[in-house]
Amino acid sequence: MTTLEAVRRRVESDARTYGYYLNPDSKFLADLIEGLKTNEDRYGYPSCPCRLASGKFVVDRDIICPCDYRDPDVIEYGYCYCGLFVRKDIVEKKKPIQSIPERRPREKIALASKPQKMEKPTEFVPALTAIHLKTKLKMWYCKQCGYVVFREEPPYICPICKAKKEMFEEIRATIYLGT
Amino acid sequence: MKIVKVNGRKRSHKVFMYAISTCAWCKRTKQFLKDNNVEFEYVDVDLCNDEEQEKVEREISRRGGELVFPTLIIDDKILIMGYKADKISEALRL
Repeated sequence: MTTLEAVRRRVESDARTYGYYLNPDSKFLADLIEGLKTNEDRYGYPSCPCRLASGKFVVDRDIICPCDYRDPDVIEYGYCYCGLFVRKDIVEKKKPIQSIPERRPREKIALASKPQKMEKPTEFVPALTAIHLKTKLKMWYCKQCGYVVFREEPPYICPICKAKKEMFEEIRATIYLGT
Repeated sequence: MKIVKVNGRKRSHKVFMYAISTCAWCKRTKQFLKDNNVEFEYVDVDLCNDEEQEKVEREISRRGGELVFPTLIIDDKILIMGYKADKISEALRL
């Protein structure tokens, strides 16, 4: 069993690393932290409190907080799907926020409600890899410190040296994934 | 499936909500409906068993939705995905 304090410390540290803020609404934030703790206790990992998890790691891996969709969502909407991580300008605007569209691929969402998910979750790996490959992942490097990352867009700030997004350059290379 | 009914004075629309027990947007939607005195029913889908979850997925897909939460079904036809206070107010004429 984890504690609310441990979850809070972890998300605070993660927000600092990536240059985000936590949701400024303290009640909303407390609900999210409690949701993450509940998921960590029942599934063994802190999957997104606002998404339906299957309870199987291989299927839920992309929605473990911080989820795979956090950074593109913060870039596009100013905050992540559950509203935990928020961009500075949104915090400063103090405007009430509402739900944003779900970025997770439909095929993955559909898997979460299938009863067969409980039997051999590893059978889903090739399908999950195929869905993953459909996204436009690229390699980026930080021109200030050399940190390399593989994702659609460069991070909001460099998690290592805190350089801004503009300091990232794309590495053009051919990458072979899976088989 | 454990369906919870929340009483309210406004009963002119049938409001049903698919929610997740840990979801902050779902909690906010429930609170919004309570604050506006709207009677509604909800089910926390994460607490349902596999068969029930499949049934929920079919119910939502049939209406053109996806398994995203909260999903609100108003009068068996209007589907609102996510916490959208303005859309809920419009549909319920609040």
